[in-house]
Amino acid sequence: MFIALRDLRFARGRFALMGAVVALITLLVVLLAGLTSGLARESVSGVRDLPATTAFAFGTPAAGQQLNVADSRVDADQVRRWAGQHGVAEANPLGIAPARLRIGGQEVAVTAFGAEPGSGIAPPSLADGRIVASTALTDKYRDGRAELGGLSYSVTPAATAVSFSHTPVVWLPLADWRKLDAARGGYASVIALNADSGADLAAGDAAARTVTKSGSAALSAVGSYQAENGSLTLIQVLLFAVSALVIGAFFTVWTVQRAPDLAVLKAIGASNGYLVRDALTQAIVVLLAGGIAGAGVATGLGVLAAQAVPFQVDVTTTLVPLALMVAVGVLGAAIAVRRITSVDAINALGAAR
Amino acid sequence: MSLVLQGIRLSYPDGDQRRTVLDDVSLTVEPGELAAVTGPSGSGKSSLLAVAGLLLRQDAGRVLLGGTDATDLKPAQRTTMRRERIGFVFQQANLLPSLTATDQLLAAAHLAGRRPDSARERAAELLGELGLAEVAGQRPHQLSGGQRQRVGIARALMNEPAVLLVDEPTSALDRTRGQAVIDLLAEVTRRRAVATVLVSHDLASLAAVDRVLDLRDGVLSELVSGQRR
Repeated sequence: MFIALRDLRFARGRFALMGAVVALITLLVVLLAGLTSGLARESVSGVRDLPATTAFAFGTPAAGQQLNVADSRVDADQVRRWAGQHGVAEANPLGIAPARLRIGGQEVAVTAFGAEPGSGIAPPSLADGRIVASTALTDKYRDGRAELGGLSYSVTPAATAVSFSHTPVVWLPLADWRKLDAARGGYASVIALNADSGADLAAGDAAARTVTKSGSAALSAVGSYQAENGSLTLIQVLLFAVSALVIGAFFTVWTVQRAPDLAVLKAIGASNGYLVRDALTQAIVVLLAGGIAGAGVATGLGVLAAQAVPFQVDVTTTLVPLALMVAVGVLGAAIAVRRITSVDAINALGAAR
Repeated sequence: MSLVLQGIRLSYPDGDQRRTVLDDVSLTVEPGELAAVTGPSGSGKSSLLAVAGLLLRQDAGRVLLGGTDATDLKPAQRTTMRRERIGFVFQQANLLPSLTATDQLLAAAHLAGRRPDSARERAAELLGELGLAEVAGQRPHQLSGGQRQRVGIARALMNEPAVLLVDEPTSALDRTRGQAVIDLLAEVTRRRAVATVLVSHDLASLAAVDRVLDLRDGVLSELVSGQRR
């Protein structure tokens, strides 16, 4: 670090420029990560944060069709078969359908989640004649009454601002949900399974004629989520790649410019390992300084933006992208500074400089 | 500790053939002795220095530094030996642009793993001894050619080497400053008992050296011996 730190001070203009580029890329990455996470929350938090659920069993899609929550329908027999499967503690039918809620004199687009009151997935306060609405609704409309599907309900706030397909979720008893979704028919949309690791899901699928997915595979069955998340994640990946390339290009040029100095250092006894570590220290300092500045500004902007747009500020949208930026930057720099090993100490002799 | 070269042969690829640049070269330089090697451009002077400084591996022959045979050392061991036993003074000082005069010396000490406080003390002592105390905090672009070369000499002496290898130190200096640098090298060679090999094409400035050798077509011969003594 002896030479690295002095080089940083001496060529501070060049390194500041590089740090600014890192800061701007980090700013973009953190903003995108916050937006991606915010959009994902609005898109799938209704099913992602469901209690007592490890997987979802979907009705088998028609030939040539992809798995989709909107199209999935399961019947009572399928729910009963899953409930009898070894290793499955709970198999709760869950209805999911878009609806219009009349609340506070307004008609609001919501997603109606139908569940058996008292089941593992239903909010504790769900009961006949009562719906449980996302706090995104109850914070805005404080009437305590609403109409859904022609029925009048008392409204209880849910624990959080839970959403699905960018609309607030409203929980209602499954029997009422079936009336709401009568045009499509069916007992429920999917079965929320609470299975232990030893459960044979394939056997359950075969017995119940369902397709079971867990984790991100299950979320991919939410149409809008897959498209949004895929595009935004791709942009982030491209930004990481750009960052690695930019850092790599900078340190390639820097190493080529320093080749005569590196030859002198090697001639007076510097090992390749010493010089590579020294160069990587410079890269890490630039990446950390630029990255922390960029992530800091992005976090501040994100906190402001979260009041108007779906934006999430947490460790996964700030520190994780920052750590990834530093990691890919160091990787780019490591590839670039490898050429230090090819500098020949003999070039220090003669009038080569 | 002396520098001994025994039967050194070195050749480079030259088209389909190989060109011999050092042909059975033998040379012994004792501690406190300053040997100058002269010769026309392309005669192999820098190659001789590169072999002696373990920058280039000879085709045949042996290199002994302070009694240690460096012939078959692995690259990492050669690097260590350069760091601990050899001091290089380059043609144009070759100082690192980002470092002050003091830092040039501390960098060499840092490479050798010396303790910072003792290194700082020795750097100040060396710079003072070479008349550079006033410019200790200046960077190379703020120094004159002669000062740069003296900083280069101080850097070479920083880790108390047994052997000092000096490559055309006067080529970028006028005659007066060049002569002053050679005189300084002769003085530090004697005072610090290092075995010094100086490569130069400038015979006129070599009055202060102990021996002058001529390298011509890869063959080394004694031109003047016992000059100073």
